[in-house]
Amino acid sequence: MLALETEQLTKDYAVGFWRRRPYRALDGLSLRVEPNEVFGFLGPNGAGKTTTLKLLMRLIFPTSGRISILGRPPGHPGVHKRVGYLPEAPYFYDYLTAEELLTYFAGLFGLRGAARRARVSSLLDEVGIGGERRLQLRKFSKGMLQRVGLAQALVNEPDLVFLDEPMSGLDPIGRRDVRSLILALRDRGCTVVFSSHILSDAEALCSRVGIIVGGQLTTSGRLSEILAFEVSGWELVMAGLEPASLETLGTSVRRSTRIGDDRYAIEIPPTEEPERVAAALRAQGGKLVSIIPMRRTLEDYFVQQVTARKAPPAGRVMPEG
Amino acid sequence: MGRVIGLVAYHVFKESVRDKVLYNLVLFAVLLILASYVVGQLTAGQDIKIIKDLGLAATAVFGLFIAVFIGVGLVWKEVDRRSVYNLLAKPLRRHEFIVGKFLGLALTLLVNIAVMAISLYAVLAAMQWLHPELARASVEAPVMDPHLLQAFLLLYVQLLVVTSVALFFSTFAGPMMSAAFTFGLYIVGHFNTDLAHFEDVVDNPAAAWVGKALYYVLPNLAPFDVKSAVVHGQSVPGAYVALTAGYGVLYIGAMLALAITIFARRDFK
Repeated sequence: MLALETEQLTKDYAVGFWRRRPYRALDGLSLRVEPNEVFGFLGPNGAGKTTTLKLLMRLIFPTSGRISILGRPPGHPGVHKRVGYLPEAPYFYDYLTAEELLTYFAGLFGLRGAARRARVSSLLDEVGIGGERRLQLRKFSKGMLQRVGLAQALVNEPDLVFLDEPMSGLDPIGRRDVRSLILALRDRGCTVVFSSHILSDAEALCSRVGIIVGGQLTTSGRLSEILAFEVSGWELVMAGLEPASLETLGTSVRRSTRIGDDRYAIEIPPTEEPERVAAALRAQGGKLVSIIPMRRTLEDYFVQQVTARKAPPAGRVMPEG
Repeated sequence: MGRVIGLVAYHVFKESVRDKVLYNLVLFAVLLILASYVVGQLTAGQDIKIIKDLGLAATAVFGLFIAVFIGVGLVWKEVDRRSVYNLLAKPLRRHEFIVGKFLGLALTLLVNIAVMAISLYAVLAAMQWLHPELARASVEAPVMDPHLLQAFLLLYVQLLVVTSVALFFSTFAGPMMSAAFTFGLYIVGHFNTDLAHFEDVVDNPAAAWVGKALYYVLPNLAPFDVKSAVVHGQSVPGAYVALTAGYGVLYIGAMLALAITIFARRDFK
């Protein structure tokens, strides 16, 4: 059984005040997420990531298409018991403390008494909220709220979690914590679907990704299949160079960028030997700082996908009739 | 089902307590004590009615403000701040959310009115003890008149009707609009009976029909106000209280059903 399956999922919103016209936010999305995988749902802002997750949580209703979550339709009462959801930029109640909020939400899942207290306490430890747990949430920073959001998404020990931009608003330590939390969830057997436009997170975490642009899924598959890992060139950083000395290299330089007073980043094609270029520049008084092999990253792929679909742009007003 | 509704309701109550909504009780108590002080300065013959009247009127006004201003934010605030996203992702269905929100505010109002009723009786008891001559002059009704409770009960049901109206608007409109509509209906609701007899004043049968239709659709709030009867010691029959309260419960049910229908289909964009 798949953890998540959508078939031709489409969502139109009506826009305009007098003459209501449909605006297609999501266009025939078909996704399959296997159990116990970390699936990255990637796309630029406004591509339809949040719309998709809201459709899955039944916060909005599809115009057409089919959804199956853990083998059941999304409205099924059993689904919500086994699913967790972190909305984008989550917001909670100002008047509650983190501890009280989680106690409230744990109660909605039927947890009570000592079991509930233990669950709440261990969750807050897990997301790194210590002494602040007795503070009212209005005193929380954005990053702390994000951590509370993660905790509330996990309060029922879900089999499947949907995290909408889980890293947004977090500092580098927070992001590292969330990464290890996602991996820990996977190791526990939980399926994680998260949306992001931060590609390094996806590269570090996902077994599979789906890329959505303008409401349409452009790619879905294993990262290793999407990205070719062969070297696509070399980047040399050299110091102590004169602009003129670069010109002597001729066509063996693909691109050079001045990054400091006399420091240059020099890109050379994979056919060139980096040692030879470095030696030639050293002969003109340059000093080698670093040589880095360039691989095709998810970012390159992403940029290529997004630019290829730039027209029509993300979300379109549909023609009438 | 009942448990999750109870949790939602409890948190509405908790929020109102932490938002210091119940502080209005302090103001209420101060008002009553001031009034009794003033009444204490008056000569016998001016009686205790003033305190009862003021107590019931203040309960109505404070209660109305709580019902409207909290009521219009009950659903709207959760949607606007997106806190509802977290909640509806849990095993809590949308109708349970609405019913829980309503019951939470009903609990807040109940506590509020109960404390006000107790305060009023306490002040009346103090007056009876401090100024026995005033108590003797109060011939129409006993000082500690148990019929005051009838007025408090109907007032409570009336406030619940107002709450249900506010909650209904709150499922699709912003707080300013909802508050304006709810206050508007509150005022119209007190003159509703005139609409029922619209045909006596207009010749046009269509206009009379519209008046009749509005009479049934809009809340009829005047019958809930038995303040002056109770204060003047006129008895209010139990059947009247039961019938009026029953009407209130039906109206609340209809409002909640409408609110649920709208809320159940809403897209949270």
